[in-house]
Amino acid sequence: MAKALAVEFAKEGFNLQLAGRNVEDIGKTAADLQIRYEIKVETLYLDVLKFETHPDFFNNLNPKPEVVVAAAGLLGDQKVTERDQSATLRVINTNFTGIVSLLNEFANYFENQGSGSIIGISSVAGDRGRMKNYIYGAAKAGFTAYLSGLRQRLSKKGVEVLSVQPGFINTKMLQGVETPKPLTAEPEQVAKMIYNGFRSKKHVIYTPGYWRVIMFIVRSIPERIFVKLDL
Amino acid sequence: MSKQKISNWGGYPVVESEIIKMNHPGTFSGKRGDTIARGLGRSYGDSSLAETIVDVTGMDRFLAFDDKTGVLRCEAGVSFATILEFFVPKGWFLPVTPGTKFITVGGAIASDVHGKNHHKEVCFGNWVSEMKILLASGETVLCSPTEKSDLFYATIGGMGLTGIILEAEFALKKIETSFIKQEALPAENLDTVMRLFDESKEFTYSVAWIDCLAKGKNLGKSILFRGEHANLIDIKDTPFANTPLFYHNKGMLGVPFNFPSGSLNSLTIKLFNGFYYMMNKMKGSGITHLDPFFYPLDAIANWNRIYGKKGFLQYQFVLPLSNSRDGMREVLQAIAVEGRGSFLAVLKLFGKQESMISFPQEGYTLALDFPIMPGLLKFLTKLDEIVLKHGGRFYFTKDSRLDPDTFKKGYPRLAEFLEIKKKYDPDGVFSSRQSKRLELT
Repeated sequence: MAKALAVEFAKEGFNLQLAGRNVEDIGKTAADLQIRYEIKVETLYLDVLKFETHPDFFNNLNPKPEVVVAAAGLLGDQKVTERDQSATLRVINTNFTGIVSLLNEFANYFENQGSGSIIGISSVAGDRGRMKNYIYGAAKAGFTAYLSGLRQRLSKKGVEVLSVQPGFINTKMLQGVETPKPLTAEPEQVAKMIYNGFRSKKHVIYTPGYWRVIMFIVRSIPERIFVKLDL
Repeated sequence: MSKQKISNWGGYPVVESEIIKMNHPGTFSGKRGDTIARGLGRSYGDSSLAETIVDVTGMDRFLAFDDKTGVLRCEAGVSFATILEFFVPKGWFLPVTPGTKFITVGGAIASDVHGKNHHKEVCFGNWVSEMKILLASGETVLCSPTEKSDLFYATIGGMGLTGIILEAEFALKKIETSFIKQEALPAENLDTVMRLFDESKEFTYSVAWIDCLAKGKNLGKSILFRGEHANLIDIKDTPFANTPLFYHNKGMLGVPFNFPSGSLNSLTIKLFNGFYYMMNKMKGSGITHLDPFFYPLDAIANWNRIYGKKGFLQYQFVLPLSNSRDGMREVLQAIAVEGRGSFLAVLKLFGKQESMISFPQEGYTLALDFPIMPGLLKFLTKLDEIVLKHGGRFYFTKDSRLDPDTFKKGYPRLAEFLEIKKKYDPDGVFSSRQSKRLELT
């Protein structure tokens, strides 16, 4: 998903800083975007789980970006995360703690500067906890709440915060997971929606939009009925 | 993982396969037997069909480009269409291209594709300087004419049997404009078109469309197209003078569903009418954009579907130069007698080529397609005999029906290839429906 978004921003002429653990692979994406779109792309090592490195990571960014996109995500295997503490923590820390630790740095910087944009890729899984993925869902729910609060705080300071609630996307995360075909979007399609949401200064977008309706319905199911369902 | 029905461009055969997406190099760790890489599925038959198919189209990144030399390095799933989209506007063109741009770089190497410039610039593999290959052991290796050269030369034209091509480096060709100076020359028969090919040897591009239904003294009636890249001076009086490198990838016309198989005859007639119309219209010379010159059929997405659900067979062979005239005449006579016209028959004179198991060799090649109908296989067997009698051979990429002996006769260096395959894939991980049918694996 991060790659598709990088392409979308590159197409629009943004210079990019791509950060992640697999610098060899990210370096290839960087080379590709440089060749295609004739922009500058920098590759940076970042481990979302190494919280202590985050302040230095941020301080070393030169130049500081105008827009930051948080697209780290780990679905994990629900069955494993239920029993294995380290797996549970990895899912929570990747989807929530690590990202919050990083975004705080950007949020404070943008606030001081009086401008900037933060895009957080959360998930519809955070809209209501379900037995099939509630560890992941809980972390995403936390992230969604974080973005909501952050937006309220920063909107008064000229900083935009966009929450993205994607449904199923055909990415590596879902490789091997069975998802209903008509409800599974391509990352390129979702990236375009996110870019448009960013451009038009939206607060919360569901990608694709029908997920807003689906999740409204899911949230509306009374708990006593919900507990009996398998969805 | 669930199995999926899949076929290549000819729509025949259809197999059930497990498809592994290889979005990031290294995620495929080698499987025992029956695994083959697949790109955009434009080979016609069963070349890239197997129990397990490794789909490389997600590996689609450019990795390095030198704008002094034109040397491009990219992942194997990058398509020719993508290369054109990004490099034609910068003044670069593919060194060799077949008649469709919807192929991947990996597929182009595995098939060692040829184009209208074979007589001058050989095959695509001729322009490749290095490859990164994932071997059956799971190991990733670099190969080039100086490093693991046996693997390098066996992979060019090797139909994916040596491993999975991950990356390749090759030279693009500098162009001043995205236009072609084209001439269309009608030829009333086979002798004339062969003479025109001889006279056109200095042209970078040449190809002929041949009317397979013409008989008697008109046997081999055709139209020869030849062309050169237009320079700025050639287009100075055209509306494109200010946009010499104009290129766009949009506006594709689709054939969204399979035609009923019976509709073919009337359609064929229409296409033939169009063919004659073009013959009359296109005499003389003109400036044309490179897209219609190289990819006339790409403008109709899924043109293969006009053959209906049963699909069609492509048939392409090459005859040694010394036997080309007699052999071609005999093949065309057989087709004309049988009345099985294929609306697209393409004749081309290949130049010299040194290669292990690549298809081209010096002489004439003819590519035909036939809708699948009763009696076709028997008829093609008859053509096979004529081709073999004249020392010809067949193209892997277009074959889905040949028997092992017929195929192997044309490739004297096959044993050498199989030795190298064995060296790099001792357990026989990589094989396709085709390689099994032809008893290569």
